[in-house]
Amino acid sequence: MIEIKDIAKAFNGKEVLKGISGTFKQGEINIVIGGSGTGKSVLLKCIIGLIKPDAGRVLYDGRDFYHSDAEMKQAIRREMGVLFQGGALFDSQTVLQNVRFPLDMLTNMSEAEKHERAEFCLERVGLAGTNDRMPSEISGGMKKRVGIARAIVMNPKYLFCDEPNSGLDPLTAVKIDELIKEITDEYEITTLIITHDMNSVMEIGQNVLFLHQGLKLWEGDNTSIAHSEVPEMNEFIFANKLLRDAAQ
Amino acid sequence: MSVIGKYFIFLGTLFRRREKLRVYWKRFMEECVGIGVNSIFIVAIVSTFIGAVSCIQTAYNLVSPLIPVSTVALIVRDMTILELAPTITCIVLAGKVGSNIAGELGTMRISEQVDALEVMGINSSSYLVLPKVLAAMFTFPLLVILSAFLGILGGYLAGTLTGVISPRDYIYGIRDSFVPYNIFFMCLKPFVFGFLIATISSYQGYFTKGGALEVGQSSTQAVTNSCIAILVADYALAQLFL
Repeated sequence: MIEIKDIAKAFNGKEVLKGISGTFKQGEINIVIGGSGTGKSVLLKCIIGLIKPDAGRVLYDGRDFYHSDAEMKQAIRREMGVLFQGGALFDSQTVLQNVRFPLDMLTNMSEAEKHERAEFCLERVGLAGTNDRMPSEISGGMKKRVGIARAIVMNPKYLFCDEPNSGLDPLTAVKIDELIKEITDEYEITTLIITHDMNSVMEIGQNVLFLHQGLKLWEGDNTSIAHSEVPEMNEFIFANKLLRDAAQ
Repeated sequence: MSVIGKYFIFLGTLFRRREKLRVYWKRFMEECVGIGVNSIFIVAIVSTFIGAVSCIQTAYNLVSPLIPVSTVALIVRDMTILELAPTITCIVLAGKVGSNIAGELGTMRISEQVDALEVMGINSSSYLVLPKVLAAMFTFPLLVILSAFLGILGGYLAGTLTGVISPRDYIYGIRDSFVPYNIFFMCLKPFVFGFLIATISSYQGYFTKGGALEVGQSSTQAVTNSCIAILVADYALAQLFL
């Protein structure tokens, strides 16, 4: 479980996050939604330690990330898996090398063990047989899958996904959502997704936070999202004609 | 001033939270190929022609019958060893290697590859930059030695093939009044320049913000700043060591 408490962040005097709190439960898909520029990505970066918040706390199963010593931070980081928006695969490495990378850097496993584990993860995301391909030779959807494989290769307790289906066709997007859901259920991971894709929210969102202008305006699950009385959120979710029609 | 401060803080991060030695060794070897081996061709071409031009132009200017012809080779040798091989080669390398480093790191930054390393708990600056700096400091002196050899050879070929100087006079000239200390000085320069080029270019690339346009700007800035740093350091080294 991850708890965030009063996270605030400003850049050059402009407040991007204005005291966000929330709880992301283990074994559930937690989704943060909001329009562009509402602070979703900054919140994610504050949670995973890439941007230090000006105020607030981030607790990983009770361990305060920003008030921990370097050793504890390192230990928490090694329990994280992160899928970046563009996959963030290393261009100079093959698919297999990308997935193996955390094992090579952070473990003392034997070559055979590392190879076996990386191949298992690639197989798990449906990419068996792509070991020797370079990131430039695979599609956007495949890059996301490789990113997921790399994120889960260390058996993480926490999985973070930044816009996992941006730039993908609807079918591939649904497959990525399903994959994340399966992995979350299978390994009882605390998963946090940052997205503005309402399809993902409706399909897999078990705990949803809505951000607007740096504030959390709503929290609930995907079944109650269509009945909220927050005008900003209604405007956001019913921007899609399909959802508008479905709600009527 | 804040940029210079940030640069020195950046240098400090290269030595904090280091990874396992075998990781650096592998990365160092890769960078030696990328920075050193892949620069041999351009260094060879530039050095040979600079040596050839130096020989022809020196001979053109030394028309007095009181000056022995072998002086042409002596001048080519000293110019090559003291300045042309280390400084011009490193300015060429600042363009090739510096822009490459800044472009690579800048692209890694904007495509979140650097962030990916950080969230894994890896010191991205140390992992990415330290092997480049060490590889530049190791391979640049070797490239400069090659450059000096080819420069003097280029002078020999140009001088003898055009009949400006006889092979015997050229060989006599390059051996005449030779100061071995100059070789040490020649190797010291690229060692310092390699450090400057690799760190300045890495700094520019590592802190790139934005998109493709900014990556290009970082590369340009890396080359410009590296060239200025080389010229300043060249003067400082000459004052200190000669």
